[in-house]
Amino acid sequence: MSVVEVRHLAAGYDGREILRDVDLSVASGDVVAILGANGSGKSTLVRTILGLVPVRRGEIELFGTPQRRFRHWERVGYVPQRLGAGSGVPATVGEVVASGRLARRGMFRPPGAADRAAVHEALAAVGLVDRIGDPVSTLSGGQQQRTLIARALAGKPDLLVLDEPTAGVDAASQEAFAGALTEFAANGGTILLVLHELGPLRPLIGRAVVVHQGRIAHEGVPPEPAGHHAEPGHDHVHPHADEEKATICEWAPTEGTKAY
Amino acid sequence: MDLLTYPFMLRALAGALIIGLAAPALGIYLVQRRLSLIGDGIGHVALTGVGVGLLTHQSPVLTAVLVSVAGAVAVELVRERGRTSGDLALALLFYGGIAGGVVLVGLSDDASNASLMQYLFGSLITTSPADIAVIAGLGAAVLIAMLVFRPALFALCNDEEYARVSGLPVRTLNLLLAVTTAITVTIAMRTVGLLLVSALMVVPVAAAQQITRGFRSTMAVAMLIGICAAGAGVVLAGSIDTAPGATTVLIALAAFLLTTAAGALWHRRRATPAAHVEPPDVVLHA
Ligand SMILES: Nc1ncnc2c1ncn2[C@@H]1O[C@H](COP(=O)(O)OP(=O)(O)O)[C@@H](O)[C@H]1O
Ligand SMILES: [Mg+2]
Repeated sequence: MSVVEVRHLAAGYDGREILRDVDLSVASGDVVAILGANGSGKSTLVRTILGLVPVRRGEIELFGTPQRRFRHWERVGYVPQRLGAGSGVPATVGEVVASGRLARRGMFRPPGAADRAAVHEALAAVGLVDRIGDPVSTLSGGQQQRTLIARALAGKPDLLVLDEPTAGVDAASQEAFAGALTEFAANGGTILLVLHELGPLRPLIGRAVVVHQGRIAHEGVPPEPAGHHAEPGHDHVHPHADEEKATICEWAPTEGTKAY
Repeated sequence: MDLLTYPFMLRALAGALIIGLAAPALGIYLVQRRLSLIGDGIGHVALTGVGVGLLTHQSPVLTAVLVSVAGAVAVELVRERGRTSGDLALALLFYGGIAGGVVLVGLSDDASNASLMQYLFGSLITTSPADIAVIAGLGAAVLIAMLVFRPALFALCNDEEYARVSGLPVRTLNLLLAVTTAITVTIAMRTVGLLLVSALMVVPVAAAQQITRGFRSTMAVAMLIGICAAGAGVVLAGSIDTAPGATTVLIALAAFLLTTAAGALWHRRRATPAAHVEPPDVVLHA
């Protein structure tokens, strides 16, 4: 079954169109990475899929339902690029992760034993159970990022959408991360994640999509690290990519920013 | 405490205690969202409502509720659009509110300076039995909403986009915060005064978070500080004949200084032994 279906999507902010004619299909159980240079529109793409950026043209379906009519948000876990702006008041790791239960519980029901158990389980998956009562502000950047993953996992979603979860994250957190995502995928979860470089998540990724200037420039098995190309047989250039954009297939993922 | 045998003092005290509890319970969300000054702005707008009430011989509390709710909803709509002009639009609304209020009060039959001062800085003797019923009813409604919807409001103020992706009714919750802010400002106007109302939403929260680690504990401690400061403020103001709002705010600020000192002391105690126990990971030899 198709979990995310994007057809001829155009989206942007104010007067500026960022995404043009984007097609993307993510099936149940897929692990899809979105790659591309800074400013190419990766975050805009996932945020549009989640309904945070308005659709201008084209269609988005989530779990077979048009996004506008989609109501089962408990099936989607979102991990934003960083912690939200609101942090004027201290909040514990446990409190932040507990907000991941709201979609499943609804806002009228007080939290119960199932919610507390799910929060613990999610924190265990990212190795932060012992920090449950600590203020989030006392954690390292990588640990804060792990907290956000735990928040998404706590809702027991079917689809995880992550925006550069590993950017600027320490090695321990990278590993905790890869572990949690591997477990999620092994249990049949679907993952759509924006990455700057494949790094330790490389073995997990089934398919990579390269965004360039708001279009899908390339789609196929993820490129091998250290400059090795993916086998040409598994590669296909997206029909919308023109000559210039097709050359992006040539890059090694870690050089993404330098390529243009 | 023979002051408390006067019915007007008892009413003022009851009103202050309700506000002392409700204002920080709402204020914590405003602080979390870094909108600490919004209550102050709505207070400016409420003054126009007072002017309308005095001019048309309606209850000033009622007209102030209506005008400030309209103002708060307008502010929320501007904020939602998130454009750079938002800051300026707010300034225009606030200054328009206070200027309009001063002019309208001046045009009314009750145009004395004393009447204006009552609304700006609060007064012990103006709370009528009808007022206290309104304050109790609305104050309880605000308090219940803030406590019942705490998980949802926390999620909203902590990360609005995440709340949206969680399927929460973000717009409704934002309007709920706007409307409850306007209501709290108006019911606090009689005792604390419009110019100091915001202090009662913000200062107890600022004081509490010096000694707390989580959101829930901050909310509980802030409400405790709020109710103590408001109660002590009214009693003290009655006995030394000062303005109740200003007295309350000074007590809350004293609590802030106290918790800041306590927090700093506690952090130093915790930090000192750790510095001695942990050896450096790497030792460099020159
Ligand atoms: N909230 C916003 N308002 C206006 N422009 C934006 C906003 N967010 C991103 N952009 C612009 O959209 C383009 C794509 O940004 P983004 O999707 O964040 O890229 P990426 O995630 O690939 O680095 C950039 O040119 C950026 O400046
Ligand atoms: Mg991005």
